[in-house]
Amino acid sequence: MSYPKDLLFSKEHEWVRLEKTVATIGITDFAQNELGDVVFVETRACDEKIDLGEPIASLESVKAVSDVYSPISGILKESNETLLDAPEKINDSPYEDGWIARLEISDAEQLSKLMSAEEYASFVAKESD
Amino acid sequence: MTLKKTPLHKSHQKLKARLVDFAGWEMPIQYSGTLPEHLAVRKNAGLFDISHMGEIEVKGSNATTVVQHMTCNNITTLTEGQAQYSALLTHQGTFVDDVIVYKFSKSKYLLCVNASNSDKVFEWIQVNAPKKAEIINRSKDFVQLAIQGPSSQEILQKITPTNLSDLSSYHFRVGKITGHQAIISRTGYTGEKGYELYLSPKSGTPIWESILRIGSEHGLQPIGLAARNTLRLEMKYPLYGNDIDNTTTPFEAGLDWIVKLDQGEFIGRDALLQQKSEGIKRQLVGFELLERGIPRDGYLVYLGDMEISKVTSGSYSPSLGKGIGLTYLPSEHAKIGTEIKIMIRKVAKTARIIATPFYKGLI
Repeated sequence: MSYPKDLLFSKEHEWVRLEKTVATIGITDFAQNELGDVVFVETRACDEKIDLGEPIASLESVKAVSDVYSPISGILKESNETLLDAPEKINDSPYEDGWIARLEISDAEQLSKLMSAEEYASFVAKESD
Repeated sequence: MTLKKTPLHKSHQKLKARLVDFAGWEMPIQYSGTLPEHLAVRKNAGLFDISHMGEIEVKGSNATTVVQHMTCNNITTLTEGQAQYSALLTHQGTFVDDVIVYKFSKSKYLLCVNASNSDKVFEWIQVNAPKKAEIINRSKDFVQLAIQGPSSQEILQKITPTNLSDLSSYHFRVGKITGHQAIISRTGYTGEKGYELYLSPKSGTPIWESILRIGSEHGLQPIGLAARNTLRLEMKYPLYGNDIDNTTTPFEAGLDWIVKLDQGEFIGRDALLQQKSEGIKRQLVGFELLERGIPRDGYLVYLGDMEISKVTSGSYSPSLGKGIGLTYLPSEHAKIGTEIKIMIRKVAKTARIIATPFYKGLI
């Protein structure tokens, strides 16, 4: 399992990469492994206001469907449209090509509630017990 | 209640399989992933642990009479070493279970039954047998493995002296695999060429390991129950509990071909004769989803604005790259091309009845 050090992590297994005021969001390596092969992705329309905890995408694997919840509030600026034809990117490259959404953040305070890579690694280790 | 384990359980753990509860057994649902496993079986070969299935022996001078009476197909034309897909029916003509009947001799038959129905079928035969016969539940005496895929014959031939090239579909032989006694049956639940192997519990692990080792250079992989399900669904092979159960008849399920009404009495015959004369009111049909999404088991099916049925089996088809499923529709609407809607998490998505099997490969 990999946990890139430049990212922040949520308890729902999403990651956030912050560049100035834009946050890129995806699901972690742990989450994609649990989910199995993703075959369909549904994303939300752009410019929608997203609250912390609101679903920003739906991932269908053969086994189950999983909603991705936004770990922060903001305005949805971009969804990764390439996932519609190539959903396997989420499994193959969860932190890079498999990014799911980009938000213009509205509350920088929320980031302090997320975990560092080390904290997330411990969190996952405990969950797997 | 702890889950039952097959003798291959440690092998699955060694391979880091994801294990889940299936019919009271802890079984591998996947190893590397449902999609690659499914495609491996269609392209090369796959090895399945299906030891949770049940095996019931019917023996004695009345064995043929008993099995003929308890099942809806005709076993009187079977030769020794021949197998037959059939079903045990209730007096209402509905399913107790679908089975494969193996004829060893006119006084010895083996019935392979679903894991979830083992005890039920055993009791049903004991209670309803028309004549005295030895009825033995042999489920714990067998490990059952399946090797399926275009390369399955080549792989298996390397470890058995039994000549597989003249073992035709729905026939079986008693032979040896890596020196261990085995029943080798040319049957399967995937739509690919393949074999189901009935082995002693002790020989299960050594044979599993041998097949994995020899098969690896042919692209053989261990396959979990999730891929087993998508493979059989692509072939429209029914699953008891989903597509067939004690509320459906073989005529409704499109299994007319296993019912022989003119071969003497069997349990359920009267009910089926009546249904035939009244007309079959509903049919099990296959559909493809025309939009993105997966039409899962239990999702509601709409005809126009009316909720008409449920998806009995549905999934993503790795071979076709789309959602597929089965459902019962009123006979007058059960036609290819009919459009229906599947309610997928509050969104009604369009689907269309299509011809089955969904996957049309070489068998």
